[in-house]
Amino acid sequence: MEIDYALVDWSRLQFAVTAMFHWIFVPLTLGLTFIIAIMESIYVRTGNPEWKRITKFWMTIFGINFAIGVATGIILEFEFGTNWSNYSWFVGDIFGAPLAVEGIMAFFMESTFIAVMFFGWNKVGKKFHLVSTWLVAIGASLSALWILVANAWMQHPVGMRFNPDTARNEMINFWDVLFSPVAVNKFLHTISSGYVLAAIFVIGVSAWYLLKKRHILFAKRSMVVASVFGLVMALLNVVSGDESARQIADKQPMKFAAMEGMYEGQTNAPLVAIGFMQKVDPDRLNINEREFAFSIEIPDLLSYMAFLEAGAYVPGIKDLLYGYTDRDGNEILSYTERMQRGRIAIQALHDYKKAKTQARSTETPEVEKISHMARADSLGALFYDPVWLDNYFAYFGYGYYDDPARLIPSVPVAFYSFHIMVILAGLFLLVFILTLINVLRDKIEKRKWLLWLSIFAIPMAYLAGQLGWLLAEMGRQPWVIQDLMPTVSAVTKISKGNVQITLWLFLATFTILLIAELKIMLSQIKKGPKEEGGQ
Amino acid sequence: MFENLSHLALQQYWWIIISVLAALLVFLMFVQGGQTLIYKLGKTGLERTILINTLGRKWEFTFTTLVTFGGAFFASFPLFYATSFGGAYWVWMLILFAFVIQAVSFEFRSKAGNFLGQKTYEGFLFVNGLLGTILIGTAVATFFTGSPFILSQNISTSGEILMINQVEWQTPFRGLELAFNFGRYFTFVNLSLGFAVFFLARVLAILYFMNAVDEENINQRAKTQLLRNALPFLAFFLFFLANLLLMDGYAVNPETKEIYAEANKYLHNLLEMPAVLVIFLLGVAAVLLGIIRPLVAYEQCHNKGIWLGGIGTILTVFALFLVAGFNNTAFYPSYIDPQSSLTIENASSSKYTLTAMSYVSLMIPFVLAYIWYAWRAISNKKITAGEMEEDTHIY
Repeated sequence: MEIDYALVDWSRLQFAVTAMFHWIFVPLTLGLTFIIAIMESIYVRTGNPEWKRITKFWMTIFGINFAIGVATGIILEFEFGTNWSNYSWFVGDIFGAPLAVEGIMAFFMESTFIAVMFFGWNKVGKKFHLVSTWLVAIGASLSALWILVANAWMQHPVGMRFNPDTARNEMINFWDVLFSPVAVNKFLHTISSGYVLAAIFVIGVSAWYLLKKRHILFAKRSMVVASVFGLVMALLNVVSGDESARQIADKQPMKFAAMEGMYEGQTNAPLVAIGFMQKVDPDRLNINEREFAFSIEIPDLLSYMAFLEAGAYVPGIKDLLYGYTDRDGNEILSYTERMQRGRIAIQALHDYKKAKTQARSTETPEVEKISHMARADSLGALFYDPVWLDNYFAYFGYGYYDDPARLIPSVPVAFYSFHIMVILAGLFLLVFILTLINVLRDKIEKRKWLLWLSIFAIPMAYLAGQLGWLLAEMGRQPWVIQDLMPTVSAVTKISKGNVQITLWLFLATFTILLIAELKIMLSQIKKGPKEEGGQ
Repeated sequence: MFENLSHLALQQYWWIIISVLAALLVFLMFVQGGQTLIYKLGKTGLERTILINTLGRKWEFTFTTLVTFGGAFFASFPLFYATSFGGAYWVWMLILFAFVIQAVSFEFRSKAGNFLGQKTYEGFLFVNGLLGTILIGTAVATFFTGSPFILSQNISTSGEILMINQVEWQTPFRGLELAFNFGRYFTFVNLSLGFAVFFLARVLAILYFMNAVDEENINQRAKTQLLRNALPFLAFFLFFLANLLLMDGYAVNPETKEIYAEANKYLHNLLEMPAVLVIFLLGVAAVLLGIIRPLVAYEQCHNKGIWLGGIGTILTVFALFLVAGFNNTAFYPSYIDPQSSLTIENASSSKYTLTAMSYVSLMIPFVLAYIWYAWRAISNKKITAGEMEEDTHIY
């Protein structure tokens, strides 16, 4: 059938808008709950009501943020059905499971104990309340776990098999899906980024109080908790980010090449620390080729980052397009070859279905039924033959394409989002270390530049998280599931006007709600915690 | 233990879970019903604040149940997810929209600097209560009356792209026709369930307020409103029920899996599954008792109405879902192409997935237990005006 690229783009835009709005609120929820739980623990240990005051202030901020996170989240879950119904059909057998577990295991835990956290201060004991606060924190991160498992599966599908009879992928190992190294690492990297954001948020808001010379003790205490928590989580974030790069180099080499803007592969590949790209003129291959107008490179580092070996060969975009021999001596197929093999796999599925229909049809003469049946059997057997699966079915998704150029993601998006994200991670580490040192030496109030830097870091933390998702999702294009399902075939067939209306509706609503959220939050921050002595 | 069950047994087990979640969801929509009654029951700012806070301690459970219902349906019957959500696009999008604006409204309503003003958030709550209940009820009715879709598997290698599985919705209105195509009789049946759910949610909310709030004026108005909402509920529900029992249903031939029209199919389902009939009758009786007792003997019974009404609602909806999916019935029929109809057998996940998810489902009783425990811990006394002035989390 004719593919409506405009429909695909509008559907993608709608998903991107809802996901990115959702991710404005989620990271703060993830991290702030833990920071609050630590603060409340100190309160319960010391019995000092000042810590209760601190806890309650950040809890108010959390509540405002949480509500809108919930509002933006519900859309995402249902969009897999409303706008990506072919996706839901093709892989719902695997993908639905984590979403259901998320609801049963995590969302109820969150919502039940949030009620205790907000309304239980004067109704339940201190210990029960504290346990509830911790359960909210754990519940929030558990919900992140399941949705990130689902996303990791889209980056690196495992634990399933294609069933030619249903033409769907079916799960064969739940644990492979849950404990896929990509899933574990994605979880660690993503939640730690949320924890870092929340820590930066707490430090930045506290810095503002210090600049205003208000709530000095409150601010310093908040800073101690947040900078220790933030430092630990920033280190985890860096380590998991490094592991993530290696996984991408291994499982998604095209995304890796795009991240580095590398068209030609090389041994001893350098890492571009800072670079600006421009279009190559003329673009003879018609692949939107770009080159660096300016760059600062660190020798060998990219090879080391990808394969832990300074001399390792890192394939570039053109190597992947035209095929190459990898560092273990394996022939890696060109995209043209992959497309051909993918079409053979699709044809086999088509013929299998046809033979089966004919064998069953009442219009087929009895004598022919047997031969159709035999043909169906032999074709069907292919889908259980490991050699054929490796050589042909592995490229099933490529069979959808005619033009290899369509298989290259946007290089500038991948390159810039990756590099800015990494630079910002360095900034956050710096903020945590300097804040911790200065607050412990009781010099933080004098370091005006550091206080301003901390405030500046708040929007940067939000930016870094958004860039991370841009890289993860746009770097994977044109796949919705790496190598298995192209985004264009995942979409719901609907006239694009419908999608446009819902997109604008949600965009307008979310924007208005975001403004409301920011105004409420700023007014709560301005108001500040209750004065000393109050509760 | 679940490994030993047949695929069909697992499909039935999961249809039961879906039915339980649906039943809980309809009961919990008393929150939505209550949101439409704030101005009817509360005549002063303080009274409205009391009502909103009473609901505000429960809204997340309704919301979470809806999300979990979606997730569980996705995991167990992904073809329904693909067919209905992608097909009846507008119905689901409007439901979602109604829940998006709800989620912020409690928290933002009374906060300083809330940009849109208190009235707007109260308006959002009203819209959620109105659209959420009517549309969900209408959508559930299509489990019996059918939708206009065709499922196809087109595996062609011609052209640049292929679609393996395809849901073709046969109208450009994408689900809106199920509520607005007045040329089709079943539209009225669909809407009657929608309005029945709406008024039921209001009835349950009134019963809940009677139980949870201790304010003379509110309780007085609640008494008046109970009858005013119970009557339209009964009218719409009986209209739906009569049609359900009399209409042709979508039956499945267990041998050939062919779908065919069977006269009075849903009546037959009730008669052929006596346990379901008993659950259904008990449920309806409990709802009626829950309404009547506070009307005739308010002092003795106003605390218990929500329990009877709630349990009755859960039993009734549970039975209706079993009627929709069990006894060789297509639970999501297509009236355009009956052979495309979804049954619990052809729409389900693989045996492996259902088995794995069945283990996950063992957590549900545990979840219900801690919800119960936490609720008891924080709502052991009635909500009064005094509490609104205490320094806790107030919406």
